[in-house]
Amino acid sequence: MQIRDVARLLNADILSGGTCLDREVKFACGCDLMSDALAFIEDGTLLLTGLTNLQVIRTAEMIDVFVIVFVRGKVPANEVIDMAKERNIILMSTDYTLFEACGILYQAGLKGKS
Amino acid sequence: MKQFIMEHTYEVKAGDYVVAGEASSSIKGLLKKLGISGDIVRRMAIAAYEAEMNLVIHSEGGHLILKISPAELLLISQDEGPGIPDIDLAMEEGYSTAPDEAREMGFGAGMGLANIKRCADEFNIKSSVGIGTKVEVKIYI
Repeated sequence: MQIRDVARLLNADILSGGTCLDREVKFACGCDLMSDALAFIEDGTLLLTGLTNLQVIRTAEMIDVFVIVFVRGKVPANEVIDMAKERNIILMSTDYTLFEACGILYQAGLKGKS
Repeated sequence: MKQFIMEHTYEVKAGDYVVAGEASSSIKGLLKKLGISGDIVRRMAIAAYEAEMNLVIHSEGGHLILKISPAELLLISQDEGPGIPDIDLAMEEGYSTAPDEAREMGFGAGMGLANIKRCADEFNIKSSVGIGTKVEVKIYI
């Protein structure tokens, strides 16, 4: 699924990386525990989370996740967005909850990987 | 005796959540620059990051040391205390002594050491209460 389709389905605001919306993700994972993300996420997976701190960007960097969706309308601090920009990580924010956002993407054909 | 052709040491400060992850980021960048394959870089990056977070969350400060030979990568995490009283318990997934501050960052769920072991081809941990903990992670290239 293209990132622009993710943004459209979730009615999300793009916070960084807006020029790379034609990139594709194969899987998605909804998770607030970064150790889980480190343990189970494959590269090129979309991460949906309610956490907005610097460690989310660091985690994404380690596991080659290039797109993160913040749920419940959360917007991280500028330093977090700047760090994502430096690492070419796409950030977006949706008003949907984690459960709803995952459900919408799943229904549209994006799968998880367990 | 293995010949290491490169060695880097990174200082990790206790309780500094803002810079936490910078050492691992440098390690990942270095390994990528050396042309090491993506899967190996990723496994070492994850192990280094979990080890670094452990140093930030649990230790009184320490170091990450990366040694590179043509055949393997060796990561050593060495801290200055407080040491782990029961290593078997600490290795169990779900067991944690982390403070709320770590949990707010998405860590402290008791998965760090298990995650490090999962990434390693060889894993070794030694700890003495009052002295410190040493974790060694070896990944074959």
